Amino acid sequence: MDKKRREFLKIAGISTLAGLGAPAVVDRMVSGSFPLAAKAAQEVAHGEKANDQAATEGHGEKTVPTGKRYGMVIDVRKFIENPGMADACTNACHTVHNVPDFGEANKKDEIKWIWLTGYGNAFPDHSHYYKDEELEKNKVLVLCNHCDEPPCVRACPTKATFKNKDGIVAMDYHRCIGCRFCMAACPYGSRSFNWQDPRNGLDMNKLNREFPTRMRGVVEKCNFCADRIGKGEQPACADACGSSKAIVFGDLNDPNSEIRKVLKEKYTIQRKPALGTHPSVFYIV
Amino acid sequence: MYDRGIIIPGLLVFVLLVTFPIWYNRGDAGEVPQLEKPKDAKACVLPAKEMRSSHMQLLNEWRDEVLRTGDRAYFELEGKMYQKSLQNACMKCHTSKKKFCDKCHEYSSVTPYCWDCHLAPVEEDIN
Repeated sequence: MDKKRREFLKIAGISTLAGLGAPAVVDRMVSGSFPLAAKAAQEVAHGEKANDQAATEGHGEKTVPTGKRYGMVIDVRKFIENPGMADACTNACHTVHNVPDFGEANKKDEIKWIWLTGYGNAFPDHSHYYKDEELEKNKVLVLCNHCDEPPCVRACPTKATFKNKDGIVAMDYHRCIGCRFCMAACPYGSRSFNWQDPRNGLDMNKLNREFPTRMRGVVEKCNFCADRIGKGEQPACADACGSSKAIVFGDLNDPNSEIRKVLKEKYTIQRKPALGTHPSVFYIV
Repeated sequence: MYDRGIIIPGLLVFVLLVTFPIWYNRGDAGEVPQLEKPKDAKACVLPAKEMRSSHMQLLNEWRDEVLRTGDRAYFELEGKMYQKSLQNACMKCHTSKKKFCDKCHEYSSVTPYCWDCHLAPVEEDIN
């Protein structure tokens, strides 16, 4: 009896050791007998993956400097000179993209892609008690900043919002689950939630039938007219300004583009630059 | 077994009731939906059989290419250029959602949410 117990303990001990040691041995055999070479190979694979990601999704990655990065310069002074122009921009944008209007009575349901806000709200970093009268009185046109480091993209759990290869922070409404994390993450309030069916706030006879509407329960925002740029057109808001050049749109990565020329010549400011989101929308005030 | 006289007929009735839809509709798949095909176009993006079985995958691919990859390249079909788009390509030939999409979707009892956002062509109420 004693002897049998002794044998059993021996076998059990050896099996345990073998069981614990085997995975390590197998791992070694699979990854090759030269640990250094294996590590190097792994690093190469990782590097490629990181590059791919930056190029395709930019989910929290840096933009590839060779790619496009669309941006916009908004000349607030020109909007002050032409009082009706800002509304024309908003109307053009909201008509092209079937953005609903629920009226003042349903302010909480409001959907906005581009809108007017007070100078102090748009630029809290640049605001103080003794502003000049013009800025105090007039409002500033604001929209999604299509940040280089978009916090909304990092917050989105489904990758419904993402930075595309042209630097536009776009949305795939098919994927949006309406969690509104992006709305909490966006420091500019550029995102609106569809509390009710947006078609309730649209005149179904006056829709732009080339562009979809949205559905209840998704978040929406300005898409920098990715649909129009794809066809070689200017964004609707820039178009609505006509030849006044109040909105200049172009590729920030192209040193010869018109927008870069404007940025070189004029002093511009961004909204909340301290947050490090690197907005693509610049303002001349 | 106790109560054999009740349990066995009871079971039989139960099985018959549960399988009612199967034997009642045996050999009859219902009326096959009749689709209205476009009059002025002959070819579709893919052969009809493939479109029938996998148009939804194609639409998803188009969506991802256009939206995510940014590949908005147009494609040519019978000498005309089309966008990769449900609203701006498919529905240009299949001008009636009610006489095309809905026919099969109702028959097979699927309710895709395409039209919650995308705009179907304007048409008169036929129902």
